[in-house]
Amino acid sequence: MKLSSIPILIKILSLSLVCIFPMLLMGETEVNTCVDCHVENDLMPEFYLEEDVHQHAGMSCAGCHGGDPTAEDMDESMSEENGFVGIPEKQDIPAFCGKCHSNIEYMRVYQPRIPTDQESQYYTSAHGKKLYAGDERVAQCSSCHTAHGILPAKDTRSSVHPFNIPATCDQCHGDTKLMAGTGHGTNQLNDYAKSIHGVALLEKGDVGAPACNDCHGNHGAAPPGAESVSHICGSCHLNNFEYFKTSKMGQSSTSQEYHNCEQCHGNHAIMKPSDELLNFTESSLCMDCHSEDDAGYIASAIMYSHIRESDSLYQEAQLRMHDIQIKGMNDVDIQYMLKESKQNLIQLRTLVHTFDAQQVTQKSIEGKGFSQQAIELAQQEIKEFNGRRMGFGIATLAFVLLAIALYMKIKLIDKQKSNISS
Amino acid sequence: MSKSIKQRAFVWLDERFDLQPLLKMMDHKRVPIHSHTIWYYMGGVTLFLFLVQVFTGILLLMYYRPGEDSAYESMKFLLTEVKFGWLFRNVHAWSANLMVLFAFIHMFSVIFTKAFVKPRELTWISGFILLLLAMFFGFSGYLLPWNELSFFATKVGTDIMSAIPFIGDAIKTLLRGGEEVTGATLSRFFGFHVAILPLITTLVLGFHLLLIQRQGISETSEFKLLPPEKKRYMSFFPDFILRDGLLWLIINIIVLYLAVFFPWELGLKADSLAPAPMGIKPEWYFMFMFETLKMIPPHVWFIEGETFGILLFGVAALLWLAVPFARIGRKPLVESKWITILGLVTLSYMVVFTIIGYL
Amino acid sequence: MKYGRREFINSLLGFGGIGGLASIFYPVFQFLIPPEITEAKVSSLKVGRVDEFPANSSKIVRFGRIPVILIRSDRDTFKALAATCTHLDCIVQYNQDRKQIICACHNGVYDLSGNNVSGPPPKPLTVYTVSIIDEQVVISEEKNIV
Repeated sequence: MKLSSIPILIKILSLSLVCIFPMLLMGETEVNTCVDCHVENDLMPEFYLEEDVHQHAGMSCAGCHGGDPTAEDMDESMSEENGFVGIPEKQDIPAFCGKCHSNIEYMRVYQPRIPTDQESQYYTSAHGKKLYAGDERVAQCSSCHTAHGILPAKDTRSSVHPFNIPATCDQCHGDTKLMAGTGHGTNQLNDYAKSIHGVALLEKGDVGAPACNDCHGNHGAAPPGAESVSHICGSCHLNNFEYFKTSKMGQSSTSQEYHNCEQCHGNHAIMKPSDELLNFTESSLCMDCHSEDDAGYIASAIMYSHIRESDSLYQEAQLRMHDIQIKGMNDVDIQYMLKESKQNLIQLRTLVHTFDAQQVTQKSIEGKGFSQQAIELAQQEIKEFNGRRMGFGIATLAFVLLAIALYMKIKLIDKQKSNISS
Repeated sequence: MSKSIKQRAFVWLDERFDLQPLLKMMDHKRVPIHSHTIWYYMGGVTLFLFLVQVFTGILLLMYYRPGEDSAYESMKFLLTEVKFGWLFRNVHAWSANLMVLFAFIHMFSVIFTKAFVKPRELTWISGFILLLLAMFFGFSGYLLPWNELSFFATKVGTDIMSAIPFIGDAIKTLLRGGEEVTGATLSRFFGFHVAILPLITTLVLGFHLLLIQRQGISETSEFKLLPPEKKRYMSFFPDFILRDGLLWLIINIIVLYLAVFFPWELGLKADSLAPAPMGIKPEWYFMFMFETLKMIPPHVWFIEGETFGILLFGVAALLWLAVPFARIGRKPLVESKWITILGLVTLSYMVVFTIIGYL
Repeated sequence: MKYGRREFINSLLGFGGIGGLASIFYPVFQFLIPPEITEAKVSSLKVGRVDEFPANSSKIVRFGRIPVILIRSDRDTFKALAATCTHLDCIVQYNQDRKQIICACHNGVYDLSGNNVSGPPPKPLTVYTVSIIDEQVVISEEKNIV
């Protein structure tokens, strides 16, 4: 008798946890028969989270699904007269969420600064257009945000936090079955995770690094067109874009339908650009249009050699500084000079996008000057380091003199003593 | 004229302080001459190096600023901006190492010449305490530049303390000034290094020297057995003192040479969040213990290996301290051949394990 | 004979002794003379006269081993901020039109109080105090107000 009552007790306890606890949080004492019944019959929706942003704001199930959560009788609570809408059709979901999210009067009660254009943006996206046309495989609101476990994007647990976006998109875009016939690959996440952006975001936790949506948009998700690629890259890589846009290369690239940035750097798998991109080889991309000994070929060779020189001089200066630091000598000036030199190297690599060998050469000479100065400072420190040996020589001379005198004195005393005793 | 000033000064002092007995003592003090006379100088060299430490240490204090944000910076400042800062820092570091080395040599020479026997038991004990103090000096001073290696060496070193049963954790917390090695540890070690240890060391050293002055220089047993006409002595003053001075000068030159040609690295600033760098090693005089602890299996009988090792060293130190009182059967230990064997075994154990540690 | 050895050794002892003492005390006195930069850390820095900085302009100045951007945004306002971007350590620049601080590497934007406004920078720029003393612009480390 007593034993059998325990499972019931647990059930009651867990029930009260599920229903009463959120109510306590909201300061609401109303009953919610939806949760009562759904928990009892094990019918709670998948990925249900108590911390869900809507539940937190005081909305109950009926806020979206309609119906009367106070009615004890299921037929009554889930009747159409009480506005019950049930589970929306996939095609209806944007409007389902949009009921509130497209209504600024309603939304600003909760979040005064929230945008309300998600629904209209959505219908401009590739996803939205297809859904509108009746393709139910595409993503709608709940595909990315989940339905019952929605968290604000700032929350690192949220499916739309930058850390989680790549995985969220990959749920569909990595699914070969789902993507079959769409012409899309499914390797974007793998490529992205290896890329400099992916490593920065996913491994180093740099929230500033772009996730999928930063290039493709979120509610208005669409693949960037050929002419907009450089705009998207340029929204972070300002100078690279500015230089490229005005360069001869940039102009002809656009007119010939080349994919600008993407053409050399790739898209999802963008690696840290290597100076080798400038190094003409048989297989290099540049050879598609350029040929050996044409103006572009020569410009590239000049830029390549200058950048390599700048880089190796910087590396050398850095090694010297390390040596100085370990020797415990003064590294303040050297370090500052090296900062200048590093800055110059960054600017130099950006300047490559002008494809103007003259500008690159000038910048490189400036930077090499900084590295050279750092190396000279390091040499001075080493000289000082060695100069100490000179002082040591002088001091040693004095001490040796004293030691010899002392030695002779000892001998003298010994001799005098033996004279006396004999 | 100058003679008369000297004499008048002496008379002036003598009237007030009665210098005659002191002079008599100085005249009577003598040092036996035999094939092992050289070892009589080792204590003096250690004393000289201690004085160098006091001198350079006081100078370093002019610029050193303890603290997590200032220790490394002030050392860097000392080494780069202050004239000859590098010299005093390097002399301090080298002389510290040589001091510990000579203290060890002094100790083993005392063992092998059996100079610790009655009536010199207290000299032996105070000497051993001085050696421990010197090692603690080294341990605490090592952290003060607050660089990567010293930070992690201190972490490991203080961590070993927690292996002592019952009171280990308390000792560790006491040493570290908290749970972890932090800025608090640095202030604490600074306090040990420049206040507590110098005070204790000066007292114990004074006691040690007083005993030697009171009892005179020990004679080896072979020397004692010589017929009186074959015993040769030199006067302590001035013969021995002058020779001492000569040796101190030579040691001084060697320290300078090392300081100039083999400067100690400052390394990189300690970062408590950085992973431990490769090759953290304790200072060489802790190496034999460090190596032994590494070799002991994780569990010996029912106790943890590290605890076992620490207990072993504790017991060994106590036994070593008790050597003058030890007996084998009826005979005191010192009269048997075992004392030499014990000394040799201990010395070769320490040398071998130190070498293994650096391989 | 009587002059020779004894006197010679004594004078040698004298010379050696003086030399030895000199080679100890010369470094000691040199050591005790305070160096030009009297402290391990730079805490304030004079960067020039007020009129050397035109309104709505900026200058990168060196503060110890740190580059600092000094901005005179209008006639009366001077600001000094650490010039290294908190994202990936590029040197920031002052944008005269927008009156903002821009990092050209990844389009990070800070306002004139150093707050990161947009782009990748994860945190604000460190602020330094600027004071005008006798028409001289002085940058110093911000005192922590407890």
